[in-house]
Amino acid sequence: MRRRQFNRLLLATAASGVASFNIARAQSSKLRVGVLLPKSGLQGLIGQSCQKGADLAPAVIKDLFGIDIELMNADTETQVDTARTRAERLIQEGAHCLVGPFDSGAAAAIAQVAEQRGVPFVINIAAAPQITEQGYKFVFRNFPIASELIRNGLTLIADLFKATGAMPRTAVFMHVNDTFGQANAKAIGAIMPQLNLPFSLVETISYDPAAKDLSVEVAKAKSTKADFLLLVSRLNDAILLRREIIKQRWNVMGMISPGSPGMYEKQFYQTLGKLSDGCVSNVPWFDPQAAVTKSVDAAFRKHNPQDQLRFHALNVGYTFEAILIAADAYKRAKSTDAQALTEAIRATEIKNRMMIGAPIKFNAKRQVEGNLSACIQNQGQKPVVVLPAPSAEAQAKFPWTEYKRA
Amino acid sequence: MSVDLINLANVTISGVLTGLVYGLMALGLSVIFGVARVINFAHGEMMIISMYVASLLFEWFGINPFFAMVPVAVLFFYLGYFLQSKVIQPFITRPDHTQFMLLLAIAMIMTHSTLIVFGPDARTVSLDFLLESIELGPLLIDRGKLYAALVSFSAAVALFSFFRFTFTGTAIRACADNWLGAKITGLNIRKLYAIAFGLGSGCVAVAGCMLILLVDFTPALGPPYTLLAFIIVIVGGLGSMTGALLGGMLIGVTEALAGLWITPSAKSMFSFALMIAVLLVRPRGLLGNKL
Repeated sequence: MRRRQFNRLLLATAASGVASFNIARAQSSKLRVGVLLPKSGLQGLIGQSCQKGADLAPAVIKDLFGIDIELMNADTETQVDTARTRAERLIQEGAHCLVGPFDSGAAAAIAQVAEQRGVPFVINIAAAPQITEQGYKFVFRNFPIASELIRNGLTLIADLFKATGAMPRTAVFMHVNDTFGQANAKAIGAIMPQLNLPFSLVETISYDPAAKDLSVEVAKAKSTKADFLLLVSRLNDAILLRREIIKQRWNVMGMISPGSPGMYEKQFYQTLGKLSDGCVSNVPWFDPQAAVTKSVDAAFRKHNPQDQLRFHALNVGYTFEAILIAADAYKRAKSTDAQALTEAIRATEIKNRMMIGAPIKFNAKRQVEGNLSACIQNQGQKPVVVLPAPSAEAQAKFPWTEYKRA
Repeated sequence: MSVDLINLANVTISGVLTGLVYGLMALGLSVIFGVARVINFAHGEMMIISMYVASLLFEWFGINPFFAMVPVAVLFFYLGYFLQSKVIQPFITRPDHTQFMLLLAIAMIMTHSTLIVFGPDARTVSLDFLLESIELGPLLIDRGKLYAALVSFSAAVALFSFFRFTFTGTAIRACADNWLGAKITGLNIRKLYAIAFGLGSGCVAVAGCMLILLVDFTPALGPPYTLLAFIIVIVGGLGSMTGALLGGMLIGVTEALAGLWITPSAKSMFSFALMIAVLLVRPRGLLGNKL
């Protein structure tokens, strides 16, 4: 073959390849959703929990709404840089929309990619407010920002004390020192004085999210002689802290999270057994009476016969809803075009939702307002709703049973 | 005693106990470098594998890590022996950077193999006494940490005794002190290098068996532990066995006190600060030989 003929053939092959790729994109009858979650690394277990919500979403959404979606899964490895590169790769591979990533740091990185590439990104779980304060056009969030989360959480703490007749006067605040923890600490500092709560903070202790030993931190907290521990944690550190409280015989009334993960995760119960009981988390939760929840619960049991939805409530619920938002927008836009999808997401109004709160509707900052929290207490080694009263499955118990009154 | 003093004493004791386990881990690195002059960049990864082996023995056969450490240490001795004699030995006379790349590659293979086999989830060994503390007046001593530290200290003493009182130990020391002299006297240098590597690996395996009593572990923890072992041997003195133990305790106490007095989230920063201070004042480390 002569060189000129070879060059023509090469050009024709390349052109036909590009053409067929474009045709494939244009003819795609399914919405391709790139799901970014930390399925390995420090937040691996929580990421895997969120993934359960993503895995069941296509079938449930097809059944309930008749929308076809296809998932493209990626692991952020609990690293911001990896989250960024995986997001870029998903877009290159044809994702029409991104969903994820259960972490504020990773969400901020993915948001930049989504904005640069003009691809809509629906955040499932991430509370740092700055993500939706940047004026981004393609970034949407259906999760309370730190201040909303903390306001709901702190109000529920006051309700808990009222309901149980407990009278703690002081708390020591411990928080994980990452983007999420710092945003929560800042929100607590700003909101606490406005709420006129019956307790005050005697000390704030931040710690490394990758800490392998929290004995010093707990010794420091114990020395404050605070009545209870106010905690913003992740999963592994929550387990370490609970163990250290027992080892150091810290006579504290209880551990209460105003809106962080850790103490309602399945691994927390598996690792600590009976010691998990009594811990309180005031977090966004699913509405057990909602029709969508019932469908998701049925699908969850089918996918995970040995497991229960209540151990993954927040992770599965918000991941499912993020994918639902994308699917609903696709149905209305009738297109996978990024601009059309973005406009459709902007106009979202989903009234029949799974999580407790107002309808899913984005404000000017592309943030959903009105996501509510429930007071979840570990009882019988499982998370149980104890407040608000209309949704309560059991009575709240505070202080926890091991507390010895002076 | 005031609350502050009790707290200080509790935290210091906790730092010393954890530091002894770290010291045993670093001792393995120091032995390998002191004799074979090989810097084991796969040290932390080897320890993570030993932790998984011990946890499997516990899960499958209910063997307590205190008993499991014997077969695990023997297994790792042979693993280290094989690694040195078959894989690392050809690189002994090659430029340092090729040794570095080789051991880094071994470390990566170990981390990713562990990840493939066991997944990314954190593992732990649950024994009842791990949630207990011993009360000594106003002091509370973590039972798990105490036992782990005692075993680590005993293992270190056994290793010192081996080097001091046995023929093979003396031969290894001779080999480390004067390689040419040892060769002239007819010592089998290759075999002694392999034994030293095996002993270092055994040490790290015992440290791993004790560390699973104190921390939850994942494959990703290998590199941070390698780094920690380096900090400890640099502080204690590269090649010095007592230096490794001393370095471990110093790092343990420094981190604990920094966490108590300054801020817990920055406590590992103080390990590096201590290392820099030691390097500035005494470049060979606290108990290291002259450079």
